[in-house]
Amino acid sequence: MIVPYGHVLLFAGILFAMGVVCAVARRNLIMMLIGVEIMLNSAGLAFVAGALRWQQLEGQVFVLFIFAIAAAEVSVGLALIIYAYRRTGSLDPETYNILKW
Amino acid sequence: MTIYAAFFYVLAGVILVSTGLAITRRNLVHTVVYLIISFFGSALLYYLFGAPLLAALEIIIYAGAIMVLFLFIIMMLRVDHSTLRRPSIRHWLPAGVLGLIYVVVAVLVVTQDPGSRTMLETALAKPRIFGQFLFQKYWLSVEIVSFLLFIALIGALYMGKAFAKDVRHRKEVEK
Repeated sequence: MIVPYGHVLLFAGILFAMGVVCAVARRNLIMMLIGVEIMLNSAGLAFVAGALRWQQLEGQVFVLFIFAIAAAEVSVGLALIIYAYRRTGSLDPETYNILKW
Repeated sequence: MTIYAAFFYVLAGVILVSTGLAITRRNLVHTVVYLIISFFGSALLYYLFGAPLLAALEIIIYAGAIMVLFLFIIMMLRVDHSTLRRPSIRHWLPAGVLGLIYVVVAVLVVTQDPGSRTMLETALAKPRIFGQFLFQKYWLSVEIVSFLLFIALIGALYMGKAFAKDVRHRKEVEK
């Protein structure tokens, strides 16, 4: 007996909300990627709790795929950030307005 | 309250505090260090929920590889210490109200659902069982994910090449 399932869901939800705030409210591209990482991690925690509740291994398998997606996303995202930084010399998303007329 | 419940609440508190500190730090290196603490806590939670292989992978992939990658990038770029964005209340209020409605509804949905009161039983998925299950039932997904990682590798390499080409082109134009 660990804890009620709802407590785990609430905990994962709070963590997810922290990731959303980090991705939306910070004026920095790297912090936005970090926010996405926090969100993926909280989703993984909810999946493992679900796997434990229904005693099915599928939830844990899905977390493995979330890890792979996170690794792919962060590598491509950081490559894009470096490219944008070299073009504009800034990490502030508000300086990327080349398409603006 | 069993000892496992105490473990869960302590770990959840540590994770929430360290993540909260991480997303408010001005210095990005501090952010990464606090996030590593948070991911170690998550790994312990995975272990508590009976997934030792995932706990090891969490430490290796998240706390190890991804956070070190972030550290390298932060060291490579000259990062100006950015603060929290401070928009005016007129911009901030609608988003805040809508977000609050979602939070209230989500909390009500979770607390009213009778299924959410089921207690989690301790169980353990041994890495051997987990691996056999994964490769017997989901081998195709594993292959697809490996292909995705390969494509991400090509994409990251192409991004570096494209920049070099871009610089050469611009130099020729300036000449």
